[in-house]
Amino acid sequence: MFTSVDDVSARLAETGYLASPAVATTVFLADRLGKPLLVEGPAGVGKTELAKAVAEVAGARLVRLQCYEGVDESRALYEWNHAKQLLRISAGRDETWDETRTDIFSEEFLLTRPLLTAIRGDDPKVLLIDETDKADVEVEGLLLEVLSDFQVTVPELGTIAATRRPFVVLTSNASRELSEALRRRCLFLHIGFPDEELERRIVRLKVPGLDEALARSVVRVVGALRAMDLRKLPSVAETIDWARTLLALGADTLDETVVQASLGVLLKHQDDVLKASAKLDLDTLGAL
Amino acid sequence: MTTPAGVAERLTSLVGALRAHGVRIGTGETVDAAQAVEALGFADRELLREGLAATLLHGTGQRQVFDPVFDLYFPRGVGGPEQKAAGRDDLRERLAAALTANDHVMMGRLAVEAVDGFGGYGSAPESDGWSSYQTLERLRPQTLLARVRDNIRSQGGSSGFADRLLEDEIRQRIEAFRALVAAEARRRVAERRGRDEIARRAVTPTADRVDFLFAGKAQLAELRRAVQPLARKLATRLAARRRRASRGSIDLRRTLRGSLSTGGVPMKPVLRRRRPVRPELVLLCDVSGSVSGFSDFTMLLVQALHDQFSKVRVFAFVNRIDEVTGLLERGTADPEGLSARIEAEATLTGYHGSSDYGMALGEFAERYGAAVGPRTTVFVLGDARTNMSDPNLPAVRQIAGRARRVYWLNPEQRSRWGTGDSAAPDYAELVEMHECRTARQLSALVARLLPV
Repeated sequence: MFTSVDDVSARLAETGYLASPAVATTVFLADRLGKPLLVEGPAGVGKTELAKAVAEVAGARLVRLQCYEGVDESRALYEWNHAKQLLRISAGRDETWDETRTDIFSEEFLLTRPLLTAIRGDDPKVLLIDETDKADVEVEGLLLEVLSDFQVTVPELGTIAATRRPFVVLTSNASRELSEALRRRCLFLHIGFPDEELERRIVRLKVPGLDEALARSVVRVVGALRAMDLRKLPSVAETIDWARTLLALGADTLDETVVQASLGVLLKHQDDVLKASAKLDLDTLGAL
Repeated sequence: MTTPAGVAERLTSLVGALRAHGVRIGTGETVDAAQAVEALGFADRELLREGLAATLLHGTGQRQVFDPVFDLYFPRGVGGPEQKAAGRDDLRERLAAALTANDHVMMGRLAVEAVDGFGGYGSAPESDGWSSYQTLERLRPQTLLARVRDNIRSQGGSSGFADRLLEDEIRQRIEAFRALVAAEARRRVAERRGRDEIARRAVTPTADRVDFLFAGKAQLAELRRAVQPLARKLATRLAARRRRASRGSIDLRRTLRGSLSTGGVPMKPVLRRRRPVRPELVLLCDVSGSVSGFSDFTMLLVQALHDQFSKVRVFAFVNRIDEVTGLLERGTADPEGLSARIEAEATLTGYHGSSDYGMALGEFAERYGAAVGPRTTVFVLGDARTNMSDPNLPAVRQIAGRARRVYWLNPEQRSRWGTGDSAAPDYAELVEMHECRTARQLSALVARLLPV
């Protein structure tokens, strides 16, 4: 899919995803070694966006499995369409039971779910398993077969192996430690907060109306906030929101009143707002 | 593309060094790493670093062990710089320029020159080496702050609101330079003494494997930051244990009563319903100097878990005991200041300042005895070093008699219990005592011992 690491960066950038060297290298390796990519990192740094960008670059279909507590085999892998099977039996023509049985357990009555969809068919696909840590431990066991051999076993049909391997991205917020078995099948990528220069480019790309000097100040303030010990650090998504807010407010430069008024866009807890105001020498009394 | 000879050995010894630091790497990953090396080539060292990290590591915390080890096994260069440092003032001059421009490449080159120029000590082949401490003492980069700040301001590189952030930013750049010097000194020493030894000794372990009693300030700060995610993890684990505990046992009376409508055939088993009682927790923490890092961390962790319990009460002691639950609740916004606030606002010492378990436990049993009931689990945190005074075993017996369970978490190595003034074996006879030296051990113990 890609020829070199630079090729990855360049083509991701075309879709509007600016990748750090770490991200580009790991995506390149995931493609080259044919291994799934496990992406961890704080909320709002672009884990899910990465999968979407890769799908766009490769011209592939994005198949998404959103994990949640209680997601199970019938939601992730496949399910038999019981209602249709019953209809088929009751509408049965004069045929033996054996014929009926082989018929109702055929492709026609199979409802494919994301994991099975991703490994069937010849068109290129990107499989995104989002928020893997939210799923129960049992689901991880299910993923192991799919991720290491790219095959799924359906008892009535036999083993279905992928003819064309999908590019797999798993994301996790680390709210639960994923099992060692799953981790060792994947390449590991931690996306942290981007460095100043990269973040400035991201802001300029996503909020084109913002002028260069203001973008620089915005990124510096966000950087300073991240160095503080806050409950929820502002992420890239928040930086972009803030930049948009400033644009909407018509601010040309940052000053105390503007920052004070819009700090709520960046910080989501009152404690954090107070603490940051104190550290940035803002006039906190005005806000209260 | 073929890999140059020796790369395989180098890769396996890198893996060996990482394993020695507790990173679990299987053979499969090593093979992946070799394939990554083949795919990426040696042209760009940073790409190689990211590639190896992606294939070998499995978690975020392992990265800080990986980076210095990688620097040792795939060094930037060999030997000293071609150009010798001209002198201290010249170097400081160029460093100030590099800090002003935030030029990472230049800073790296200056770190190499600085260690070469000022870091060497000793002359005998066995005792000589390179010291980052000595380099930084001679160079004193922190004193450049004012100069760099004025430089940037005069160039108009910073103005308006963001100007107030400037000093902190320069401090961060200086800190980055210090890290570069440390890495360079490690590399030079490794050339002299052998990579494997330096990789084992001079690379600090991940924060969750550092002994509480020997953790530095930065490591404790890092641990504090880890409290929230750890608490979240433990909470899910406790919830899972709770779910499992509430399954399975059949309520016979209600099953039979329900079976009457199906002619006495019990079609639907009725499970016994658990009354959702949230357990109570009492924490007794030794906050005297020697173990305060451990107590602080544990207190914050328990506080972060407070919604898992109906009631959490925390008491701190040195030789007198006082309740600090309120201080802790308000303290979630500012965990660094916690111990200072406890010291300022609670009465913890009597006539002298050293810890006295006997007195403190006795006072607890007497004044706060009502805090402990049959639903309470008590955790005592401390090294059980009583400074030769009476351990007051009857008080412990009294607390243990009243509570549902009593656990003692001791941050000292098990082999040192009972040495010197430690009364650990005496206490261990009365209550369950566990060794708890690192954050990793603590989280395992908390997940296992906390009541559900």
